[in-house]
Amino acid sequence: MIADAHSDSVEPPRGQPARGAQGHPRGGVSEQGRNAASRDPAQGAWDPIVVTGVGAVSPLGVGARTLHERWCAGTSGIVDGEAPCSEFDPTQFLTVKEARRADRFTQLAIAACEEALSDAGWQHPSHGSGASSAAELPYDQRRVGCVLGTGIGGISTLVEGQDTLRERGPERVSPLSVPLMMSNAGAAALSLRHRLRGPTFAVSTACASGAHAIGCAMRMIQLGEADAVIAGGSEAGLTPLARAAFGALDALSKSGISRPFDARRDGFVMGEGAAVLVLERRSSAQARGARIIGVLLGYGASSDAHHLTAPRDDGVGQAEAMRAAMVDAGVQPEQVDYVNAHGTSTPLNDRSETLAIKAALGPHAAEVPVSSTKSAIGHLLGAAGAVEAVATLLALRDGVAPPTLGFEEAEQGLDLDYVPGSARPLRANGRPLIALSNSFGFGGHNAVLCLAAPAEKEGSQQEMDVPQQRKEASQ
Amino acid sequence: MSTAATEEQVEQVVVEALASFGAERDSISREATLESLDIDSLDLAELSQIVEEKFGIELKGSDVAEVKTVGDAISLILERAA
Repeated sequence: MIADAHSDSVEPPRGQPARGAQGHPRGGVSEQGRNAASRDPAQGAWDPIVVTGVGAVSPLGVGARTLHERWCAGTSGIVDGEAPCSEFDPTQFLTVKEARRADRFTQLAIAACEEALSDAGWQHPSHGSGASSAAELPYDQRRVGCVLGTGIGGISTLVEGQDTLRERGPERVSPLSVPLMMSNAGAAALSLRHRLRGPTFAVSTACASGAHAIGCAMRMIQLGEADAVIAGGSEAGLTPLARAAFGALDALSKSGISRPFDARRDGFVMGEGAAVLVLERRSSAQARGARIIGVLLGYGASSDAHHLTAPRDDGVGQAEAMRAAMVDAGVQPEQVDYVNAHGTSTPLNDRSETLAIKAALGPHAAEVPVSSTKSAIGHLLGAAGAVEAVATLLALRDGVAPPTLGFEEAEQGLDLDYVPGSARPLRANGRPLIALSNSFGFGGHNAVLCLAAPAEKEGSQQEMDVPQQRKEASQ
Repeated sequence: MSTAATEEQVEQVVVEALASFGAERDSISREATLESLDIDSLDLAELSQIVEEKFGIELKGSDVAEVKTVGDAISLILERAA
């Protein structure tokens, strides 16, 4: 049933569950592991949050499939020490008006969202047409929310406004400055374009923003605040100011090479991009015959409370977030088949993250393939967690561990299986594959997602209905 | 400081501005309503800034709030520039 997305009705939405009907949202750590709120109140059955659409614009190209396939093929999106989305053309996705009213970080989000909604079957693919069209929501528009992470927001707009102020005076500063630079501009643009009237907001936790946004969206559905949430992250920080600022922190790679976990790593390579996921309850997705791309099994977050920019040397805060995600998912460490690491290529992160993985997974850590998407696309800051969640979901679905590009020289203590060289199949074990996707941000914010491949029959539904954009992207 | 502006000049500036905001050039006429051109309050704030720069006249939000058509906008600017 297609809800009337255009009614802008003021009537109370139908079918909104009474608050608390699904039980206490968390009730502390569930003993069964699986979140109590994920249980269908009518049937008492576990009703997990599933991903039915993914979209990405990354330095490897436009499209989630493009990201996955090019990374697995060992392609790098890093050029001259930076990772821009050079294949992205905003005019293919936005009208003139939308483009003028969107900072690049919002433009990237709109494009990623377009793909995700097409993928979910909510919208006809419009890639290349430049047309703006609202999605056909399968839910009441007041029951669909949007949570988008960004680390910085509209920094290009901010810099441009500052230049105008200095050079031409205050009366020449554009009235569009604030609506373009505000961190929630991306979320607002998606809400406006697709008439989403559920809770919509931005999450800003530096480089953990994308993962926090997805976790937050998952909770919104579990709490009964929304039936579906469009979640992800977006960043477009490739500006002289950001370069200088991260450079001043010694965070950027001087060699311009992103080689996470390698002994020669010397900092991160800055990138830009966006990813968007469509999240809904499995029962609802199944009811409309949606193809399920993966399952968002769990989410865990923690804080280091240690230092403004540096992680704890021992990785304790990061390990806590990983454990929390596994407990939320009802997953034991031995069941984790793959870890998509935060893996920034900074000396500090990769060492502390290695310790965190060992602490969280115990002896199983030595068995698990661990790789970093940042080896192929650099660090997408507030978009990283979302882009990496998409990359992880597609890796699980295809049963493959993508490689950590450029990893050649091991450092003492950094002795996990970082998947050097090339992609390799994940070990099949008769159940859907499970992964953790780590994201850690300045400020000591840690967010970890526990993701799973769909059950075999779920993932193949509607396989004949692959959106056009995906087809093009995979050619 | 107000600069004398001809009707032709004002019309040209307004049309160029509206087109740059994303309105279809072929749809822009004096009779066209701003609503039909998808011109909203943010566009009018930008238009006010452009008019101020070109003709040295200040238009406040309350001034442009009454503007319904392209012709209304042109008339208002001419009135202030006089």
